[in-house]
Amino acid sequence: MKHHDLPKGEGLREKILAGYPAKLAKKRAPQLVVNQKDAADNVPPVKANVRTTPGIITQRGCCYAGCKGVVLGPTRDIINLVHGPVGCSFYAWLTRRNQTRPPTDQDENFMTYCFTTDMQDENIVFGGEKKLRAAVQEAYDLFHPKAIGIFSTCPVGLIGDDVHAVAKEMKEKLGINIFGFSCEGYKGVSQSAGHHIANNQLFKHVIGRDDTAPAGKFNITLLGEYNIGGDAFVLEELLERCGFTLVATLSGNSTIGQFERAHTADLNVVMCHRSINYVADMIEKKFGVPWFKVNFIGAHATAKSLRKMAAFFGDAELTARVETVIAEEMAKVAAVEAEIKPRCTGKTAMLFVGGSRAHHYQDLFSEIGMKTIAAGYEFAHRDDYEGRKVLSTVTLDADSRNIEELDVERDPKRFRQVLSDEKRQKLAAVNFEFSDYQGMMPQMDNETLVIDDINEQDTQRLLELCRPDVFCAGIKEKYGVQKHGVPCKQLHSYDYGGPYAGFKGAINFYREIDRLVNTRIWSFIEPPWKTAASPTLEATYARD
Amino acid sequence: MALLRHTTGTVTERQALTVNPAKTCQPIGAMYAALGVHNCLPHSHGSQGCCSYHRSALTRHYKEPVMAATSSFTEGSSVFGGQSNLLAAIENIFTLYAPDVIAVHTTCLSETIGDDIPQIAAKAREEGKVPAGKYVIHANTPSYVGSHVTGFANMTKSLVTYFSDWSENRLRTVNIIPGWVEPADMREIKRLAALMGVEIILFPDTSDVLDAPQTGTHEFYPRGGVTIQALRRTGASQATIALGPTASAPAARELEKKCGVDSHILELPIGLRATDAFVDTLRRTAGVEVPAALVEERGRLMDVITDMHQYFYGKRVALWGDPDQLVSLAGFLADLDMKPVYAVTGTPGRAFEERMAKVLAGRVPEAKIRQGPQADMFLMHQWIKEQGVDLLIGNTYGKYIARDENIPFVRHGFPILDRVGHSYFPTTGYMGGIRLLEKILGALQDQQDRNCPEEAVELVM
Repeated sequence: MKHHDLPKGEGLREKILAGYPAKLAKKRAPQLVVNQKDAADNVPPVKANVRTTPGIITQRGCCYAGCKGVVLGPTRDIINLVHGPVGCSFYAWLTRRNQTRPPTDQDENFMTYCFTTDMQDENIVFGGEKKLRAAVQEAYDLFHPKAIGIFSTCPVGLIGDDVHAVAKEMKEKLGINIFGFSCEGYKGVSQSAGHHIANNQLFKHVIGRDDTAPAGKFNITLLGEYNIGGDAFVLEELLERCGFTLVATLSGNSTIGQFERAHTADLNVVMCHRSINYVADMIEKKFGVPWFKVNFIGAHATAKSLRKMAAFFGDAELTARVETVIAEEMAKVAAVEAEIKPRCTGKTAMLFVGGSRAHHYQDLFSEIGMKTIAAGYEFAHRDDYEGRKVLSTVTLDADSRNIEELDVERDPKRFRQVLSDEKRQKLAAVNFEFSDYQGMMPQMDNETLVIDDINEQDTQRLLELCRPDVFCAGIKEKYGVQKHGVPCKQLHSYDYGGPYAGFKGAINFYREIDRLVNTRIWSFIEPPWKTAASPTLEATYARD
Repeated sequence: MALLRHTTGTVTERQALTVNPAKTCQPIGAMYAALGVHNCLPHSHGSQGCCSYHRSALTRHYKEPVMAATSSFTEGSSVFGGQSNLLAAIENIFTLYAPDVIAVHTTCLSETIGDDIPQIAAKAREEGKVPAGKYVIHANTPSYVGSHVTGFANMTKSLVTYFSDWSENRLRTVNIIPGWVEPADMREIKRLAALMGVEIILFPDTSDVLDAPQTGTHEFYPRGGVTIQALRRTGASQATIALGPTASAPAARELEKKCGVDSHILELPIGLRATDAFVDTLRRTAGVEVPAALVEERGRLMDVITDMHQYFYGKRVALWGDPDQLVSLAGFLADLDMKPVYAVTGTPGRAFEERMAKVLAGRVPEAKIRQGPQADMFLMHQWIKEQGVDLLIGNTYGKYIARDENIPFVRHGFPILDRVGHSYFPTTGYMGGIRLLEKILGALQDQQDRNCPEEAVELVM
């Protein structure tokens, strides 16, 4: 089947919904949306960030996973102590592939370690605070870290252990930064709640503790980059070549010290809008640092982002340097693109992952001529689909209301008007957008299908009905998809490959997708005796 | 540079902190066991993260789809109890995924709340949410008790509680509970029994589930798994052979209690003498002779042992993992004149130390054996820093120690996240013993080839 023959738009949507009994179909319907843009890039609403129906085989994980695994996971010099039974810490032990590069062998790196209070039944019955306190002490005595984060798991919330009180007490006793996270797994509806909780605590306990001014001229902080497969290393090198000084990354290849100085940059650029837009907003309110959205996934998106960052600083020398780097890198990219694009053009992709990757990676596919026919997020909110312009119309349900919103005020002493009103207006005149994200759907074609919180049922139907050339998801989906004979690319772990960020990463991704969609291995699934009409007979004739 | 740069050789006693655990939590074991039942969908009664983590870990280990559902608890369910979530889940699962059985396991969350699963399941049935001829079974698997092995044991026991029928008429069959081993091992145990001409019921059985072939078609419920009919008949079998006391004894004892089926609780048949014990027990139980083909397999294993003994002799080995695996492995290594000097398991229980002492029989007096929350890989690494070893045997997390300390490493146990083979090639039985020796020798000899002085490189080994 050529992809123009495939079911799409409303027809495809209805075929998927038909797989559900009426009650579930009704509930699910607003989460399946056919993209339709008007002249102003308004798109239909997607019901997102809502509960997954019990019993549905979802991609989603929990609040704790978003807090400990995603946001705090990539920071190397903090001890992340999980207060709970052993499993929660065990499963988050090195499984997200956040790489880190301590500058010397004397630098701390706790990311290869797994710390837990390993609560036993007596801790559940009689309370676990005493054990937690002792565990913090033991961690301190053994490792002398700069900071300890304490993560609450489900039972901790139920039995009422006060991790924040223990953190405060031990912070005073030991004289290092210790803080807790109430990120019990049952909070919110997905990992997203955990990102928010993590950000809040970082903002309260870490960011802004060190006012040392950065040494560079064009100081930026990169938010929402988690160094999967070495993405951050690529970006660090790229930004340095361009002349930017990276004050901090939240949180790929990061240290606590960087977080403490994150507010001293002049610009925050946001990669993963979903997981970290809160921090960008809060830093702006309190310290005056403006932010805008960038995307370093895709060569053209990378070039565009770098140009926007240069334009922000408005320095001729910086602009020239950025243009030189772009020209050099794009030449390399173009060479590979020219080789691969003819082989990939017209092939189809589906992306169901995360809270920003399902958007960002569409750029890479389109650069090699591939078409995204369906996409959706695992844990995003409406603004990630439709753009931040819908934020004022997003209604808070009970699950979201339970996640703390910090009341942030301008810091009377340390607020800096980084961007003068005059400069802001000047930039606004050339359509320079701050604090904005357009969302995924305005970039997608009309008639493509958007599915929020995709599940096993939808995945099977999509594969059967459309048979894309590549399906992007996570580890739980990977081998089920491949059993259909469709290659699956993991966009959480990158299938242990990468990096895919920046120009270098784009080249890696083109080659990887070329491998996946053009290999012959899938054609060997059918044994020869099944495909030939009467093989024995033919072989006999051939020999004669 | 070192990956585990903060680990030193100075051991201090810890009471509260676990670092680099040699275990995980109960529910994943219950999920794994339930996958060994035909047309069964495991269900995690807790927050979404539990199910997601367990599916991910099993998927990474098997490179296979692992289907399981969740009750998707919210803050509300944590306050008011998970009944409405489980009722909805049961209805939705039967409608959408049409299993024969939903195998519910609890989590630390639903256990702390105190949800009564049988009561909720009964209510689901009353409300017509369970189609005729379909089942909802359960196991209590609080994450704060025992370990993943306990969860496996509890779900396996539940298969007996829910399905085994008492019968006056004894069948010729022998039940075999394989313990937490790989699909390859379950397949091997079936092959050995078939070779001996013994009709067995193996449960749970993850072969043909977690080693499914690539056919271009996704089977939501792969062909394998023990059937309900077979589970029913376990109550009428001649006897039960439970392999691995930690994982399998509870189910065997339950069968004895419920249906009067005699049980023989053995160590896992890993290595020569543990396999001998299994073969001999099966022979006596079923009243059969050991066939020549199997005697020859044993002979081949013996041949490798005697041919290559010089490479085993005196080698110091550190082991971590599950009690059942460790006891048999340590026994096998000691039989080869290797020295299993360190062994840790996070799975709590004093019996482990006693079983280890029994298989080692005083031959490795310097052995340090520990179990429980602080018997973790950090402690074992500290021991290694104090006095080194020649070989590491355990799950994938050992690769960090192996690299830092430049020690040969054989992957064994759960989880193996970075190599394939364990799903396809058994380590149980005599042939499995040969595979283990091949891996051990390969690791030791590769190390020698890489590290010895140039003039000492041996062509023939």
